[in-house]
Amino acid sequence: MGWEMTASLVVFFVLAALAVIGALSLIIQKHPIHSALSLIVVMVALAGLYLLMGAEFVAAVQIIVYGGAIMVLFVFVIMLLNAGVEEHTSISKMAGVPGLLLVVALAGFVAAAIARSAASVQSVSQSGTMSSTKEISGMIFKDFVYPFELTSFLILVAILGATVLAQREKS
Amino acid sequence: MVPTNYYVILSAILFGLGVFAFIFKRNIITIFMSIELMLNAVNLAFVAFSQALGKLDGQVFVLFVIVVAAAEAAVGLGIIILIARNRQTLNVERVDLLKL
Repeated sequence: MGWEMTASLVVFFVLAALAVIGALSLIIQKHPIHSALSLIVVMVALAGLYLLMGAEFVAAVQIIVYGGAIMVLFVFVIMLLNAGVEEHTSISKMAGVPGLLLVVALAGFVAAAIARSAASVQSVSQSGTMSSTKEISGMIFKDFVYPFELTSFLILVAILGATVLAQREKS
Repeated sequence: MVPTNYYVILSAILFGLGVFAFIFKRNIITIFMSIELMLNAVNLAFVAFSQALGKLDGQVFVLFVIVVAAAEAAVGLGIIILIARNRQTLNVERVDLLKL
């Protein structure tokens, strides 16, 4: 029990550090393609955390959809538009200082508020060794079948919208 | 097992970094990426509470969030292409048609 606990804690801290470093790198990097690669690091680290929590289906979807499809879309658009290094005016640089303070306050407030409620939740917790993929599929196709069908409609609308927006205007 | 608190605190940190990137970055594509970072932070909290409560509803919600994020990325990147074509820039400070 104790050994297993320390092992998962070590894995958690390694993955958490990777995610936070990736998120910081997203902010620090000047070129959007470097920011996109940093975001991929964050997503892969989060997929590892999902595996650690026993949510293997969500981890697989995270890698395939986020790390694969969405980030490829981003990298493709960055290359298509030939995006260069971003430029900051002096005002936007100054805005970073109060912005940073406000963000620290926001993160602390959210963490404190949710962690307090999470402490009351913890007593219910059990080992995460349920076969979640089978049960998730049952929930999607039984309890959440109407939202699930609506998502296909949403995707259809998104495809049509993206096609209409990005097409070249006929002159 | 890792305490749920740790996951939630990590989620709050990632969300805060996403908000900071959203207000600090000037490239419209990077701003869009910081929105994805915030969505990821919320997903982490969803899965953490799903595991803590022993119920799978949270994981199903994460799947729906991922679907909505994919749709949002497709439409948003279409809008970005349109902005870049019309204004010849990706800097949000140059997109100021509604400014006085």
